Amino acid sequence: MNRRDFNQLLGMGTTGILLPSLPAFSRPVTPEILLEPGLDVATKKRLADAAMNAAKSKGATYTDVRVGRYLNQFVVTREDKVQNIVNTESYGVGVRVIADGCWGFAAVVDAKSEADTAKAAEKAVAIAKANAKLMKQPVQLAPQKGYGEVSWKAPITKNAFEVPIQEKVDLLMSVNSAALKNGANFVNSILFMVNEQKYFASTDGTYADQDIHRIWPLFTVTAIDPKTGKFETRQSLSAPVGMGYEYLQSNPADKVTGITTRYNKGYDMLEDVTAAAKQARAKHTAKSVEAGKYDLVLDPSHLWLTIHESVGHPLELDRVLGYEANFAGTSFATLDKWQAKNFNYGSKQVNLVADKTQVGSLGAVGYDDEGVKTKKWDLVKDGTLVNYQAIRDQVHIIGEKESQGCCYADSWSSVQFQRMANVSLEAGKTPLSVQDMIKDVKKGIYIIGDGSFSIDQQRYNFQFGGQLYYEIKDGQIAGMLKDVAYQSNTQEFWNSCVAVCDERDYRLGGSFFDGKGQPPQSSAVSHGSSTTRFNGVNVINTARKI
Amino acid sequence: MAILTREEAKKIIDKVLAYSKADETSVSLSGNRTGNIRYARNSVSTSGESDNIALAVTAVYGKKSGTATINEFDDASLEKTVRRAEEIAQLAPENPEYMPMLGPQTYLETKTYAESTAKINPEFRAQAAFDSIDPCRQKNLTAAGYMEDTTGFSSIGNSKGLFGYNRSTGVDFSITVRTADGLGSGYANPDVNDVTKLNTKATTQIAMQKAMASASARALEPGKYTVILEPTASVELLQNMMRSIDARSADEGRSFLSKKGGGTRLGEKLFDERVTIITDPQNPELPLAPFSGGGGGGGRGGGGGDSLGLPQEKRTWIENGVVKNMYYSRYWAEKKGVKPIPFASGFIMMGGTQSLADLIKSTDKGILVTRFWYIRAVDPQTQLYTGLTRDGTFYIENGQIKFPVKNFRFNESPVIMLNNVEALGKPVRAGGNLIPPMKIRDFTFTSLSDAV
Repeated sequence: MNRRDFNQLLGMGTTGILLPSLPAFSRPVTPEILLEPGLDVATKKRLADAAMNAAKSKGATYTDVRVGRYLNQFVVTREDKVQNIVNTESYGVGVRVIADGCWGFAAVVDAKSEADTAKAAEKAVAIAKANAKLMKQPVQLAPQKGYGEVSWKAPITKNAFEVPIQEKVDLLMSVNSAALKNGANFVNSILFMVNEQKYFASTDGTYADQDIHRIWPLFTVTAIDPKTGKFETRQSLSAPVGMGYEYLQSNPADKVTGITTRYNKGYDMLEDVTAAAKQARAKHTAKSVEAGKYDLVLDPSHLWLTIHESVGHPLELDRVLGYEANFAGTSFATLDKWQAKNFNYGSKQVNLVADKTQVGSLGAVGYDDEGVKTKKWDLVKDGTLVNYQAIRDQVHIIGEKESQGCCYADSWSSVQFQRMANVSLEAGKTPLSVQDMIKDVKKGIYIIGDGSFSIDQQRYNFQFGGQLYYEIKDGQIAGMLKDVAYQSNTQEFWNSCVAVCDERDYRLGGSFFDGKGQPPQSSAVSHGSSTTRFNGVNVINTARKI
Repeated sequence: MAILTREEAKKIIDKVLAYSKADETSVSLSGNRTGNIRYARNSVSTSGESDNIALAVTAVYGKKSGTATINEFDDASLEKTVRRAEEIAQLAPENPEYMPMLGPQTYLETKTYAESTAKINPEFRAQAAFDSIDPCRQKNLTAAGYMEDTTGFSSIGNSKGLFGYNRSTGVDFSITVRTADGLGSGYANPDVNDVTKLNTKATTQIAMQKAMASASARALEPGKYTVILEPTASVELLQNMMRSIDARSADEGRSFLSKKGGGTRLGEKLFDERVTIITDPQNPELPLAPFSGGGGGGGRGGGGGDSLGLPQEKRTWIENGVVKNMYYSRYWAEKKGVKPIPFASGFIMMGGTQSLADLIKSTDKGILVTRFWYIRAVDPQTQLYTGLTRDGTFYIENGQIKFPVKNFRFNESPVIMLNNVEALGKPVRAGGNLIPPMKIRDFTFTSLSDAV
């Protein structure tokens, strides 16, 4: 199903919020199906063993099998109407092999028997052997120890699928009603919930059974000024997270107070929409920004996307090597810069880490989609580029002995490949609050929430907008601004980083549907940071007359 | 199996409808066979082929609807799926905007299918990739490309007697060629229904020339420039604008077509008088599916939601700069007392007779843009978008390409752009549309990029 079909499924039409894609072969089901357990581990092992044995008998030197059940539930509303409730299930098995030194892949929908998975394995071997004729160099796969029969479960406390649909509808209806009462003319609100039940087996001797949960509550409010004929919007300050329904149980300790309330591990949707409606209304009379250089104070609800685009993507090794040249592009962070060991990606304050283990993050799993136990590693240390993100058939290029464990496929029917880990900016080591950070700024802009984003194909030049902009004058917040976007260059930007708030302010943002590859696959990934200051960044005014 | 004939599809749909007990039932049956080959660093990286066929049943009780799907077509499976759709519908909340299903419709004959494309096999794809990679290897250039071909059918039917069937084929090919030192990059991206109109070798030659010619680019100051936009550059901006001409958003006051004080700007002149944009399902260069919606494999045409099954006809959206039509869902059309107009993709922007070379020849000073990249909305109110040039940007002086220039970031609105028209050339197919190369004055570049 492509994005356009999916928009139609949700009935959002042309005014829809950008939506994630459903896994292939998803079929609508009743909500009760989402609570059924799926196949037991012993059955999944039998299906996997049958595939591995069949591949070996046809000449494969390595095989991995993914038995996947992917469940989705979306509740979509606008104003006083439920527009759509979607429950889907997708089940199948993907088999990847190396034969004659070349990768081959085949998948089977609704695999019921060992014969089904064995047949897919044989097809994968045949494809590998055919492709081997066009290959220049055989696949070099980093060694990986087998872990035996293991399991991993996301540490959630409330499975979102156990919450009755009516309760979810009631929540969104109260959110919409609060928006309309507080000055919004229109409101769209959505709950996305995902459960990936993945079983991985490989001829290295790993059988990993994993249960992954994600949730994303979001809304957009629109306020219209009939006198001017203009409209302003404000989107939710929630983050998509690797959590259960407990994310929607707000806890005072998870609220970050200030000019507007932001949220950590618990989200108060009703409170946020109430503020959003008033802020969308207030944007009509906000001052239009004067273009020029400003010191930027960036909230984690905004900075995650800048990290994603300007650090996460350029440090993917497949981009650096040119495998994405025809689509997503290549990278400015070339191997020679890494080899030099002195490339200043950012200032000394900048420590960027990749982490597939972070609790509550979208990217957290126990084992990646090629059976590698996940970990955390440095990408940029004290401002210097030190590493990339790479998987088993790439790590030899950067002199690593084992994969970093960031291989992922968005469905049992897709081939796994290198995807972004959670990439985050580490909190500052010296105590610093947001208030103290702002106190030192003479001429600045405080930006909250993510907005428009665009970056070039080698990740040098970027432009970002946000949801809320506040002018900082002589250490004080002077009022709301609008029509703000900043433009910079990745290396220049991260070198203009002068201060990072401490860990008390550390929060995650994230992308529910990061796209890559041809045909495209989507992946979910989180990015953490504390509020961070960047000096002298170029800000443009985006107001136009048509 | 994946490609059913009209008769085969109708037989299955009729059987499903015979099982239905709901107030209204609709069936959508579609299938496709799609194959692809991807290469990078002058070597094939992945290739694949898949067949997919799916039947979706939507059952409706009053204003409650439910959908279930199946990919097996024995009687028991079909009946089970109908019952499941009915069960889901009973549990669904009422949709106050639900519109009763359409009765029988008359559809145009459109030529979206080409036997040549339906016959593509893995050997053909491997040869197409070889024809693209080999010339690059010989010139010490690096090729990365992707070709995807699809053959599909789409059929729809409902309990009120509506039936529609269409089959289509399509091939999309994109190629990026880079110089060995990484200082030059070129791109081309043709799409066709009939693969005999695609030549991966000739297309790759264009990308190779651009890669070689774009090396060692010079920096120009950002600012307002006269630009010549190749169709591959302008297509996404124009598509974004065309997707936004929805009447409901405009009536609600949240569109660039909303009128101050209420209502829409339908009938107003918003663009240069040379701007005329139509859709025409029977255009031989750009055939479109004859009805709205119906799932994958039906070819371009778009639509869906309550517009499922509405006929796609020749329609003028913008004529001599005046907004002539907007999309109206059936619900919104009824509310406003007008005829529904389904969403349509695959538009034709009228142009002139000049070639790209003619446009360059007539330019004193300007920038030739091959492609725009990472286009994102900045302000929906003004249709302001940002993005960057990529894979071949050149400075023109006195009618000649003088030297390659570094890539720019732009912040520009297609509405402003289509007011600043200097000249329009002969339309060519790009991204499933027919678009002329266009010369635009005062195009706004806001910063420079080091990206190649």
